Amino acid sequence: MSEILRVENLKKSYDGFVAVNGVSFGVAKGELKALIGPNGAGKSTCFNMLTGQHRPTEGEVFLDGENITGRKTRDVWRKGVGRTFQITGTYQSMTVIENVQMALMSHHRKLFSMMPRAWKLYRDEAFEFLDTVAMADQADRPCSVLAYGDLKRLELAIALTHRPRLLLMDEPTAGMAPSARIELMQLVADIVKDQGVSVLFTEHDMDVVFAHAHHIMVLNRGELIADGSVTEVRNNPQVQEVYLGGGTLFKEEDAHA
Amino acid sequence: MAFFFAQLLTGLANASSLFLVASGLSLIFGVTRIVNFAHGSFYMLGAFIGVTLMEVLPGHFGFWGSILLTGLAVGLIGAIVEIVVLRPIYRAPELFQLVATFGVILVIQDLTLMIWGAEDRLGPRAPGLRGIWRIFGEPVPKYDIVLIAMTPFILFGLWYLITRTRLGVLVRAATQDREMVGALGVNQAWLFTGVFALGSALAGWGGALQLPKGGADLLMDFNIIGTIFVIVVIGGMGSLPGAFIAAVLISVLNVLGVTYLPSSTLVLMFVVMAVVLIIRPYGLLGREEVAGEHGQVGAPETPIRPYGRLGQAVIAGLLVLMALLPLVADQFLLILTIDMIVFALFAASLHFILGTGGLVSFGHAAFFGGGAYAAALLVYHFDTPMEIAFLFAPLAAGLLALGIGWFCIRLTGVYFAMLTLAFSQLVWSLAYQWRAVTRGDDGLISIWPTDWLSGTVPYYYFTLILGVGGILFLRHVIHAPFGYALRAGRDSPRQAEAMGIDVKRIQFAAFALAGVMAGLAGGMFVFSKGSVFPTELEIAASFDALIVVFLGGVKTLAGGVVGAGFMTVVEDWLTRLEYWRLLLGLVIIAVVIIAPEGIVGSIRSAWARYRGTGDEEVAK
Amino acid sequence: MLSVEAVHSYYGKAHILDGLSFEVRRGEVVALLGRNGAGKSTTMKSVMQLVRPRQGRVMFQGADLVGEPSYRVAKSGIGYVPEDRRIFTDLTVMENLEVGRQPARKGAPDWTIEQLFDIFPNLKERRTNRGKHMSGGEQQMLTIARTLMGNPLLLLLDEPSEGIAPVIVEQMAETIKTLKAEGLTVMISEQNLHFARAVADRAIIIEGGEKKFDGSFAELEAQPEIRDAYLSV
Repeated sequence: MSEILRVENLKKSYDGFVAVNGVSFGVAKGELKALIGPNGAGKSTCFNMLTGQHRPTEGEVFLDGENITGRKTRDVWRKGVGRTFQITGTYQSMTVIENVQMALMSHHRKLFSMMPRAWKLYRDEAFEFLDTVAMADQADRPCSVLAYGDLKRLELAIALTHRPRLLLMDEPTAGMAPSARIELMQLVADIVKDQGVSVLFTEHDMDVVFAHAHHIMVLNRGELIADGSVTEVRNNPQVQEVYLGGGTLFKEEDAHA
Repeated sequence: MAFFFAQLLTGLANASSLFLVASGLSLIFGVTRIVNFAHGSFYMLGAFIGVTLMEVLPGHFGFWGSILLTGLAVGLIGAIVEIVVLRPIYRAPELFQLVATFGVILVIQDLTLMIWGAEDRLGPRAPGLRGIWRIFGEPVPKYDIVLIAMTPFILFGLWYLITRTRLGVLVRAATQDREMVGALGVNQAWLFTGVFALGSALAGWGGALQLPKGGADLLMDFNIIGTIFVIVVIGGMGSLPGAFIAAVLISVLNVLGVTYLPSSTLVLMFVVMAVVLIIRPYGLLGREEVAGEHGQVGAPETPIRPYGRLGQAVIAGLLVLMALLPLVADQFLLILTIDMIVFALFAASLHFILGTGGLVSFGHAAFFGGGAYAAALLVYHFDTPMEIAFLFAPLAAGLLALGIGWFCIRLTGVYFAMLTLAFSQLVWSLAYQWRAVTRGDDGLISIWPTDWLSGTVPYYYFTLILGVGGILFLRHVIHAPFGYALRAGRDSPRQAEAMGIDVKRIQFAAFALAGVMAGLAGGMFVFSKGSVFPTELEIAASFDALIVVFLGGVKTLAGGVVGAGFMTVVEDWLTRLEYWRLLLGLVIIAVVIIAPEGIVGSIRSAWARYRGTGDEEVAK
Repeated sequence: MLSVEAVHSYYGKAHILDGLSFEVRRGEVVALLGRNGAGKSTTMKSVMQLVRPRQGRVMFQGADLVGEPSYRVAKSGIGYVPEDRRIFTDLTVMENLEVGRQPARKGAPDWTIEQLFDIFPNLKERRTNRGKHMSGGEQQMLTIARTLMGNPLLLLLDEPSEGIAPVIVEQMAETIKTLKAEGLTVMISEQNLHFARAVADRAIIIEGGEKKFDGSFAELEAQPEIRDAYLSV
């Protein structure tokens, strides 16, 4: 299987503090891969370097063979990389569907257009995306009144509008109820299967990770200490020590309940 | 060389007073997040109170005792202002509070006028320090040397207070998260009052200390505030050592400027600031302000929609009424309406960049006045026909906005606000000091419209069509993809960049468009008045527009226009009275406290309450 | 010790707590359970008066807290650790602790910095580091230590296990047991039932701002329908 994303020796340091120290990995096409590790291990920094929020101190990032190291966030997006954030950043002053329309306007390069009424543009197309994440019934509600889980789903819909090849999700289920977490990740898994999108996500809920990830990477103090199948990573003693612990406070079987 | 050294010492001496005032502003901003425009007023109060006390208290003890007491008195006044005016509105949107501080400026101006009269006061000499010392043969006033010697101790004292004491730790913690400090058992209300009082006291001390070198007059408040903002911005917001370095830099520069470039002292200061900010966008020792770090207080804006049938009918009806106005109205009412339309377009252009774009510009008058001056200069120097000169108003303002925007758009939040203010001051200082071209404060006169527009009625229709047209065009743009992209960049710049929107470019374009519209208003203004003076470029002119936008309601599309209408009428009525500033200030403060969402916003909320429901229940 | 009586709280127009009542007794660890949005955080904030209840009383040691400013609530002996930690990132560890410092209080354990460093050894190593250079787990430790500096009688911990590594969650459980052994009364809010069961004596389940269950974990085990209805584990 060929790779959609390849990262070589990625490194980031600021004020003498090394956040990410020489990380290399790949994400295969059509794969759902998790990146886990303690807080402050460098997961978000890693993501931010992949999508251009931060410029790597060293190393290179290839998207489907093309070097995209240090490209601006918006250019990376135009190359077909979608992103959702740990803390959602939807547009509070717009309705649900307008949030999706905004992404479509950007995708169709209509941003500087001053004549058409924005809320009429691409409305049908936007509806379809909302339908994918089961949010169509809330299309005309103001975004500011949405429940947290719905915001996360809206963010997913927004990230799909430009038909990305790769989707990066930073803690997609943080702050959600356990059942909603499973639901959301099932949705993501379906999208991966139906649309052939590859997904790389970070997550703290091991039930979610073990239930859905095809492969898992573990980051600790800026270094990759494991990269393999779910079973390999679960049984890796180093991973257990720095991250998973004794496993007494999560249960895999609950994920399937 | 010796002369140069003496100049340097004079600069250093001047810096001590500036540093005191600037550190007070910086301190207040750091903790309360309030950009206290009234800071210059506390400086002025310090000067007047100081003069009065020095007249009463004799001798060495009297002089230094007066200075000490002045600081305490001004600190007390600051505490009262904080408790009465600011405490009720800490929960209002951050920049709404600056409108309240502007109200405070007006109130203090008139109170000072009432108490001390309109005459300038000369400061007394410091007892025992009347003479000079000779340094390398050059005369240096003794008082200057004392000031220079004192300043490092003041800097050290403040630095120690902030970094080494429990109070300082609490102050710094409150700078980041007031609510959490309260939840840990600290009475943050008094912490705020204390900091505000200390900051005001520092301004008061600054005002009193400069007395032997200057005096007290009623223009001190606005004169100092521009300089102080420049110092705080150059040094970096919230940095005491930065404020010190910048105060020295600016003071020395001023002294040298007076000697070598006497006609461009003001311009020089702003040029230095621009240079510093190009190299270090957050000032010499400042740190990056992370946008949204402190969070916008208040409910998010509701989604926008173009007016429905009813709304369109009301607007159309209003326009018909305005079109019919010349049939019934007298000359005076028509001119008042012209003023109102011009001001409404100016306010709408500010509202566009501020409300929709989320960029709070403190210097929007640069484009209004810039447009007015561009047209007036063409008419004055080249006898350009009005039809052509008028076109240059929006054009020149747009170009100016492109130039200023190129520097400012890179910054966000309060740095953006300060930098726009400083650039508008630069434009003002050009108009004020470049007498050969602009005639300085004599202004450019006899700038009348062309024959076919010279009557009040034709000019009224000219204004109505262009002004209302401009306002409607801005509204239309807000509802177009460009306006949506602008709002997207305001609501969540990170998300916007992550969906391919070049936020800075959108903002840059919007800033230029707002400049064009303000310039259009400026063009309409200059031909209706027949003249233009540097006052149209002053800080006060920018503030007028800011105030009406905030009073009307930032989070409503009609806010700017309604606020402008309200303000034109109120001002027209009030300015007939002697102490109109006092009343206007009190009206402003009252509106801020009673209707923190602005006029339109508050009416809308009241309407929603009256109907018994909001548009949406919050599903949490 | 703490008694919440028929409290109604709102966020803007949203009715979050709908006549919620419960008690916390001296010396126990109580877990407030419920889905996201059930009103757990709002309950904590309503006790702290960070959200003002519109109706009802919050009695603490015989006095009604409703309407008091939050600093008075803290001074009366309630320590609050918010969900999002909210440490002062520009301040060092020692300065963060200084902000929380309050005089000793009768009936509450009197914490010294040394004792806190014994419980949280990581903080000792990091005493001069600024908050922003610390990992999420360390920040969580710091925010608890900071609150303990106020020598509280009652500690409110909002979602202490959210968003931190499983291995730190285990440490957190040990810490809470230590605090209980020192004589502190603790109320935690949780979505993680395993964690709650590991540290708490009693569970209170809320949903839609109302109390749905109040009892021991053994009783909760015996009523799986409650667990399924309100916890969606």
